[in-house]
Amino acid sequence: MKGWFNRLKDGLSRSSTKLKSGVGGLLTKRKLDDETLEALEEVLIASDLGVSCAAKLAQALANKRFGTEVPELEARAVLAEAAAEILAPVAKPFTVDGAHKPHVALVCGVNGSGKTTTIGKMAKQLGDDGLSVMIAACDTFRAAAVEQLAKWAERAGCPMVSGAPGADAAGLAFEALEKAKAEGVDVLMIDTAGRLHNKTGLMEELQKMVRVLKKLDPAAPHDCLLVLEATVGQNAHNQVETFKEMVDVSGLIMTKLDGAAKGGVVVALAERFGLPMHAVGVGEALEDLRPFDAHVFARSLMGLED
Amino acid sequence: MFDSLSERLGNILDKLRKRGALSEADVGEALREVRVALLEADVALPVVKDFISAVKERAVGAEVLRSVTPGQMVVKIVHDHLVEMLGPEESHVNLAGTPPVAILMVGLQGSGKTTTSAKLGLRLKNRDKKKVLMASLDVYRPAAQQQLAVLGEQTEIATLPAVLGEQPLAIAKRAMTTARREGVDVVILDTAGRLHIDEEMMAEARAVKKAAKPTETLLVADAMTGQDAVNMAKEFNEKVGITGIALTRVDGDSRGGAALSMRAVTGCPIKLMGVGEKLDEIESFHGERIAGRILGMGDVIGLVEKAAETIEKEDAEKMTAKMLKGKFTLEDMSVQLSQLRKMGSLDGLLGMIPGISKMKKEIAEANIDDKMIARQQAIIQSMTPEERRNAKVLNGSRRRRIAAGSGGTVQDVNRLLKQYKQMAGMMKKMGKRGKKGMGRGGMQGMMPPPGFPR
Ligand SMILES: Nc1nc2c(ncn2[C@@H]2O[C@H](COP(=O)(O)OP(=O)(O)OP(=O)(O)O)[C@@H](O)[C@H]2O)c(=O)[nH]1
Ligand SMILES: Nc1nc2c(ncn2[C@@H]2O[C@H](COP(=O)(O)OP(=O)(O)O)[C@@H](O)[C@H]2O)c(=O)[nH]1
Ligand SMILES: [Mg+2]
Ligand SMILES: [Mg+2]
Repeated sequence: MKGWFNRLKDGLSRSSTKLKSGVGGLLTKRKLDDETLEALEEVLIASDLGVSCAAKLAQALANKRFGTEVPELEARAVLAEAAAEILAPVAKPFTVDGAHKPHVALVCGVNGSGKTTTIGKMAKQLGDDGLSVMIAACDTFRAAAVEQLAKWAERAGCPMVSGAPGADAAGLAFEALEKAKAEGVDVLMIDTAGRLHNKTGLMEELQKMVRVLKKLDPAAPHDCLLVLEATVGQNAHNQVETFKEMVDVSGLIMTKLDGAAKGGVVVALAERFGLPMHAVGVGEALEDLRPFDAHVFARSLMGLED
Repeated sequence: MFDSLSERLGNILDKLRKRGALSEADVGEALREVRVALLEADVALPVVKDFISAVKERAVGAEVLRSVTPGQMVVKIVHDHLVEMLGPEESHVNLAGTPPVAILMVGLQGSGKTTTSAKLGLRLKNRDKKKVLMASLDVYRPAAQQQLAVLGEQTEIATLPAVLGEQPLAIAKRAMTTARREGVDVVILDTAGRLHIDEEMMAEARAVKKAAKPTETLLVADAMTGQDAVNMAKEFNEKVGITGIALTRVDGDSRGGAALSMRAVTGCPIKLMGVGEKLDEIESFHGERIAGRILGMGDVIGLVEKAAETIEKEDAEKMTAKMLKGKFTLEDMSVQLSQLRKMGSLDGLLGMIPGISKMKKEIAEANIDDKMIARQQAIIQSMTPEERRNAKVLNGSRRRRIAAGSGGTVQDVNRLLKQYKQMAGMMKKMGKRGKKGMGRGGMQGMMPPPGFPR
């Protein structure tokens, strides 16, 4: 397989060709009028920004340039800027608060979004930063979830706490935190089973994990990370809304940005919830995790290379 | 955040008092709303455009009958076209060929291929009495082969033992040879997730397909997928060639527009729907159900179907008749609550109730669960028959009495009454839209009566 950067670049140029013909055809031929703006809006919609968010950005462009001749590149850059403005305040890297021993990060999200993989990648990076990391395999539901995480722990070179299949996830989280405390570990990353936000029972199970952690450390979990994938559409709104309400999500991570999907819904999410965007996943390998960069992300939405 | 399409169209079109043929102007305004609704449901833009122009052609000039409003008329046309585009119900999984036949599962990372493989295997084994072998070709994701092996144990379906270092193409070939030797009917080939822009991985899938010559190549895709669904499906179809689509996580609350995008761009039928994480949670495709969902009308028919299994038919008919008249008493609510309990998982059901998206916040706040239902029923049971039939008489002192009787607080009683009011309002709205044709089709009554001219 190719390196992440090449794959990322391939992905970007592919979608930028698409965008180029979209925006380019419109803006080189005529003035920025209603029709042109609508077409521009549609380009944004095709990146999953959502109808109203796309309209808003297009409006920002209109306010600056309506009726003038705007070169293609510039129109795109203005749109990217508008998106970046929304994203910049939420671009905050994941940080570990040294005051907590351990700093507990609970990782949650819908099924298959990339939680386990992301934990592996983060554990590696935190380890490289000189922190001691422990991983808790609290997905006791999915077949071979523990074995999958064990492989990542091995790759990242950190210990993992696990239980029997079907074991109580909250009980296991408790044990893991006890152990992490006893061993003076810096960071405890807790993997959880994927769950759809509309399943009340499963969401309550997650709340229970939080409650149980608080028994050992009232401030835990110090981070509750929600993992979204770039292919997701407007349902991301419901996901963030519910997870936030139920377990007080502290930050987001978006995976699979090495694919063709651009994850534009993040812009709308940033506006609506203002949750920190910590990192993006750009591949399946250990090193394929990047801090979220508002500028790069916004420009890639518009098909612009940085 | 999403209004149902019929409400939106109602607002626009109910203003039109004049009868007769729908004009281009009426339709134009209505279709702008349809466009927004479809986009919010994640239907891909190019598909939305095609859809709108086709509906426009059908709608302009269509006669609005006396019995319906122009809004209902447009919703009917939109709905019918959507159902048609989504394709026929219950397309069978093709097993025609000399056994062993292969089924190849492909899709993006994390879309649900492995789980769906096991679900399909279980169904073929139990319902169709087939001897099934499953093989994992996923040599990339950690413990992927082990995951399928565990699922094989759970379903009591044979899985091909993994050989360290063996590559996907070789695994596929070995699976077919083993199947031939052991008299297997169907081989399910589970593959690694792959990005459609990853040429190398797409070539690998192509090679596997060429070797195994599957009778079905199923694209497994998440119902929550956004706009990229259309490119993804197109690329998988062009580069690997698919014969059907399996839509997963239909148990979520996404509007599922990806189903329409993928169906439209590939022309391949949606054959299966995953409706949960458990291995029996798989269903055949229902176009009507997905159509209602894309249009934001709740999984109306799904609810009725599920309810029909539990509720005696007569009860159901009485209930629907009442709903249509817009009469919905606390007594009815209590009956409904019992039925909900009988039907099992409330989670699953909630997503199917029309209008629920609006109530979701309240539901989350009220923290509805099965215990909650029992408490609510206790409150209703503490009322007099008169109170149950006519909630209007419930003044402060009566509420206090009921609270004491049910062992709760006045707030609990008030909360229940608020919920009752919301439900009654919903029923009334549905009743207004409906009128006739609520027999077995149940709440289809939201739609204008069947037998409509196109
Ligand atoms: N291309 C790509 N694939 C990814 C990325 N992150 C995760 N994946 C893949 O997505 C699939 C699901 O990832 P997991 O980490 O198992 O996701 P999960 O959320 O733990 O899944 P469940 O525990 O089953 O809910 C795997 O095949 C991963 O290899 C990414 O950034 N890019
Ligand atoms: N709720 C729900 N979860 C599903 C469904 N199908 C698969 N999953 C879950 O999605 C995740 C990824 O599934 P998996 O089969 O491993 O996907 P693969 O990577 O494509 O093989 C797992 O957590 C499954 O339990 C479904 O229909 N509903
Ligand atoms: Mg996992
Ligand atoms: Mg798999």
